[in-house]
Amino acid sequence: MPVTPELDRRTLLRRAAAAGLLVTPAAGLLSACAGSTPSQNNANTGEKSNDNPFGVQENSAVKVVIFNGGLGDAWAKEDQAIFTAKHQSVTVNMSSTQKIKTEEQPKMATTPSDVVMNSGADMMDISTLVNEGAIEPLDDLLAAPAWDGAGTVADSLLPGTVADGSFQGKFYVVNIAYTVWGNWYNSALFSKQGWEPPKTFDDFFALAPKIKATGMAPYVYDAVHGYYPRWALMATIWKSAGKQAVIDIDNLKENAWRAEGVLSALQAWEKLVKDKLVLPGKLDHTQSQQAWLDGKAAFIQVGTWLKNEMAATIPPGFEMKISDYWGLGATDKAPNDVYAGAGEGIVVPSKAPNKAAAKEFLRAVLSKAGSAKFAELTKSLASTSGSGDNVQDSALASANELMKNAPKDLVSVKFWNFYADLDKESQNLSEELMAGRITAAQFVDKMQAAADKVAKDSSITKQTRDA
Amino acid sequence: MRHGVARFVTGFLALPVGLYLFYVVWPFLQAAGYSLTDWGGYSDRQQFVGLENYLRLFTDELIRKAFWHNVFFLVTVPLCTIALALFLAFLLNVGGREDKAGIRGVFGSGLYKVIFFFPQVLSLVVIAVMWQQIYRADGQGLVNGVLMKIGLVAEDDPITFMYDPEPFLGVPAVLWWLLLIAVWSGAGFYMVLFSAAMQSIPKDIYEAAILDGAGRFHTFFRITLPLLRDTVSVAWVYLGFIALDMFALVYIMTPSQGGPNHASEIFASVIHFNAFQKGQFGYACAIAVALAIFTILLAAFQLKITRRERIEY
Repeated sequence: MPVTPELDRRTLLRRAAAAGLLVTPAAGLLSACAGSTPSQNNANTGEKSNDNPFGVQENSAVKVVIFNGGLGDAWAKEDQAIFTAKHQSVTVNMSSTQKIKTEEQPKMATTPSDVVMNSGADMMDISTLVNEGAIEPLDDLLAAPAWDGAGTVADSLLPGTVADGSFQGKFYVVNIAYTVWGNWYNSALFSKQGWEPPKTFDDFFALAPKIKATGMAPYVYDAVHGYYPRWALMATIWKSAGKQAVIDIDNLKENAWRAEGVLSALQAWEKLVKDKLVLPGKLDHTQSQQAWLDGKAAFIQVGTWLKNEMAATIPPGFEMKISDYWGLGATDKAPNDVYAGAGEGIVVPSKAPNKAAAKEFLRAVLSKAGSAKFAELTKSLASTSGSGDNVQDSALASANELMKNAPKDLVSVKFWNFYADLDKESQNLSEELMAGRITAAQFVDKMQAAADKVAKDSSITKQTRDA
Repeated sequence: MRHGVARFVTGFLALPVGLYLFYVVWPFLQAAGYSLTDWGGYSDRQQFVGLENYLRLFTDELIRKAFWHNVFFLVTVPLCTIALALFLAFLLNVGGREDKAGIRGVFGSGLYKVIFFFPQVLSLVVIAVMWQQIYRADGQGLVNGVLMKIGLVAEDDPITFMYDPEPFLGVPAVLWWLLLIAVWSGAGFYMVLFSAAMQSIPKDIYEAAILDGAGRFHTFFRITLPLLRDTVSVAWVYLGFIALDMFALVYIMTPSQGGPNHASEIFASVIHFNAFQKGQFGYACAIAVALAIFTILLAAFQLKITRRERIEY
């Protein structure tokens, strides 16, 4: 006797298919939205002292999550050793991953890790973290005495580090790596050919035919990640239109993109594309960097992590050096400002169970001993000053050289951290401009329209910068 | 007696149904709930905003773009995959020469079956990564490299595949290239499905048709296709899922996950952007719920038009 005589096979199949059709495409997306209930904040602190400024409790545990990307995670183990030497009873549970957002975002509202290095392609959106109150202000870390040196932690940091980690007047993000951006070239090749690295676009346009004559493309860029060419476009805009113009852009000021100097900066890039000075093809970051190392292109623009990232495939005799981004020349308002800043941010979630130990761990990361190890292991400067004093390396030395001659003002752009919409739009338009599908004037029009749209959207929390 | 059976069945079903309710149905309901709030995804703060998120959907240009791109896949993925799979299955089963042994497939059809089925055993991510190398947009890409060697593509003007937003027949080229991968990876499975169905069609029907002088064209369209109707409609429904998803390929292969400049944006990539990059989970949930409603309507439509009497043999 059938259990459900009213259900014949076809009806059942049809219903199953209907249910399946409903469930399959939407399931992952719907369940991804599911949240969870909050938990109570527990503050467990011990005695505070000058040597233990946050009152780390003995026998507690601190969970540290490190982004294991271009910089690796070996440096973090050195910091762990420095930390446990002082707090032997505190257990440091360190793990490293490339999937920061995938693994940490779901825990943010309940029981997050204590220290999270929020970096890489899969990072949590900083402005959202700040707006939602999900991360802890760390101003007391800045005011605390430095781990191994005179003065406070803030005193020991390179310029820009505090500003780069501050949002709405508070310090939230400890950026541990100090990065310098610019145009890279093979200094061995350049001296052999008698080429001078250009300072302005005019110099570059004069040099380009000579480079082309050797069968080499003058320039190559990352055609996949729009934020790569965007660094260069914004650096030119800063040099040409000046600091205030970029601050106005970040603050969504009316017609900020139409300020004098912005369009002409972008037109230099438009010319670079129109004159076919770019290596044909569409490559991603490592492919384009390899093409540059293989001698297919003379210049590539990227940050100082380049050497570490490509360490395995640098040909013998290749001497990589960084030079400053090109400006337009005499009309530039800030021709010498260097694009540099602190990156690779570490945050402490507001709901972290052991915030005292988290801040103490960060103090260890920013120590002189820890940052020297960082520079040694990653071939990249740390945000603590003097980290690279004892490292011998041509790439790092040229970056040091560039920083030595740099004025106090650093090129820094905030709008893409402030507003995800403008981040996406500017990345897309940068790639469109570099592909020659839009003109500099269209770039300005579209960015202005996008900025106006964000300014008018009341669902987006506005942020401002003063300097 | 009947009572005992019910208890027996309930005993077996309680746990899986419970798990299903908790891990599948409950998150759905939660998502529907969140779609009425402005939740950002990183905190426990949220405000009820009513239908505001849904009203926003209708003015969102990106959603409109994503909708039409999904519609493109919804039409082309099932159509191309089923057509190719049917063609291959026909050749492998009844397309060969006729002799004393009766109707058979083309020579070596067993081997071809394995080869065509092969993409099905690869994970979608592996397929995407592999096609990235095939589509690589310089001389080192498989397609570009070969075409440059034989002189069909100029060295300084490679085919840009995933980076090409130029419309072809009104649809960005990048979508056509994605379609090719979807069809390539799906056709093998449906070929096997159709092969199995074709083998259950009695051979004497074909023999009778051949005796009456029917060629391959007529045997296919007058006999094979009508008798495969049920299987094809199931395939169509399944391929509908794939077409509404497409997320893995878009996310892994296209620049800026939906680029260049939104040329390959689909529902899933817009949801991902709003939830995980923009921190607007409430709005993202509203898009997901709208997608679910769209899918239900589609399911109802598909099942209605494919309903027909079954032929017994």
